[in-house]
Amino acid sequence: MSKLKTIKEYPLIPASKPSEGAAGRTGLWRTFRPVVNLDKCIGCRLCWFYCPDNAITISGDGKVEINYDWCKGCLICFHECPVKAIDRVVEEFG
Amino acid sequence: MGKEIKTVKDIPLQELLLPGHVACAGCGMAISVRHVLKILGGNTVVTVPACCLSVIQGLFPKTAVAVPLKNVPFASAAAVASGLKAGFRLQGKELNVVAIAGDGGTYDIGLQALSGAVERGEDIIYFCYDNQAYMNTGIQRSGATPYGAWTTTTPKGKKERRKDLGLMMIANGATYVATVNPSFPMDFYGKFLKAEEKKGPRVLIGYSVCPPGWRYTPELSIELGKLAVQTGAWILWEFEEGVFRFTGYSKRLAEGKAKRKPIELYLEPQGRFRNVLRDPEKLKALKRGINERWRVYRKIAEVYSSSTPG
Ligand SMILES: Cc1ncc(C[n+]2csc(CCOP(=O)(O)OP(=O)(O)O)c2C)c(N)n1
Ligand code: SF4
Ligand code: SF4
Ligand code: SF4
Ligand SMILES: [Mg+2]
Repeated sequence: MSKLKTIKEYPLIPASKPSEGAAGRTGLWRTFRPVVNLDKCIGCRLCWFYCPDNAITISGDGKVEINYDWCKGCLICFHECPVKAIDRVVEEFG
Repeated sequence: MGKEIKTVKDIPLQELLLPGHVACAGCGMAISVRHVLKILGGNTVVTVPACCLSVIQGLFPKTAVAVPLKNVPFASAAAVASGLKAGFRLQGKELNVVAIAGDGGTYDIGLQALSGAVERGEDIIYFCYDNQAYMNTGIQRSGATPYGAWTTTTPKGKKERRKDLGLMMIANGATYVATVNPSFPMDFYGKFLKAEEKKGPRVLIGYSVCPPGWRYTPELSIELGKLAVQTGAWILWEFEEGVFRFTGYSKRLAEGKAKRKPIELYLEPQGRFRNVLRDPEKLKALKRGINERWRVYRKIAEVYSSSTPG
């Protein structure tokens, strides 16, 4: 939606549209970055279940993948992985 | 939802809470709402009063929630849900109508609307995500804040115990009442799937961590939920058709198959309980409160152990 300039341009019923990134690129909030080590991953999907930001996706072959556009770096996935397949590194946005 | 959910791998991949939303890192409410929407699916309409969820969905012109959702005045989540359901019924539409509210909007401000909807037998699901304070306005104590917890309005720790919404809802005559906790995925799914199949007022109360409000590091969000149940601070149970049942790990505790872990394990990671941990008298009072709650629930389980004869 483009910027609204006058009150008359506002819709009569202000309904918001479902969109990814409603709060912007929340990946920029990270101080730590979780990194999945797929060699260790057993595909249990617990990290995917617990992620509050729905920033972990499951690819066609069942592998988990972190979407760094949205991951806020809460590190729940790092803490909960039963086989310690997720590492934590300092985020440098490189 | 259709197909049976036995493990995490059976959960559908479709997401109705879209990523890039505004909740804090590690927010328990976001975890629960994400799964509630997955379970209820696209054929759902939601009402939300003022709370952190209303901010997640309310940043006009974008929303992170991909089902129709109506922001409603603080006291009215259950009342608006009742009205919407009646409207859809008149139009011949079969939809899930669910009210989702915080503890402030449920235990305190929305309580009369909720108890009225339950008393009238409205065909709605009500989900209270219970983060145990008014978080969105800066951590004020609510009727759900536990004894001893720090909030900005209880700087030395809350003096009163928490209200018991679950027992109120049983007494009011809800079709289905249950507590849930996203640290226990299959218990969570089992109860919501059951609620979805039933008719009438169904009330689910969700343990819901809040890193900034509870003063702990977000990576512990799921761990705390597990500890809450293992120490007996949060009890998993359900009530349907006149029968009360402990579920999951709480059932093991109730049957004496497991022993409650020391409550300190749950309190220590949370800055909000610092006052309690420093004061042996307060700690004793907190433990007494938990024991008392267990005593009452054991009695309730006895009384409601089988359907009342007709
Ligand atoms: C009638 C009214 N009073 C006060 C407010 C301010 N307010 C907005 S959100 C909120 C806190 C809600 O607490 P809770 O229901 O527990 O949800 P949480 O913020 O914890 O998610 C308050 C007091 C309001 N919006 N409307
Ligand atoms: S760090 Fe948090 S937000 Fe990022 S992928 Fe892990 S659980 Fe999701
Ligand atoms: S929790 Fe660990 S093992 Fe399980 S899917 Fe995630 S990374 Fe893989
Ligand atoms: S304040 Fe608490 S409940 Fe609100 S969005 Fe942040 S973590 Fe979630
Ligand atoms: Mg609250």
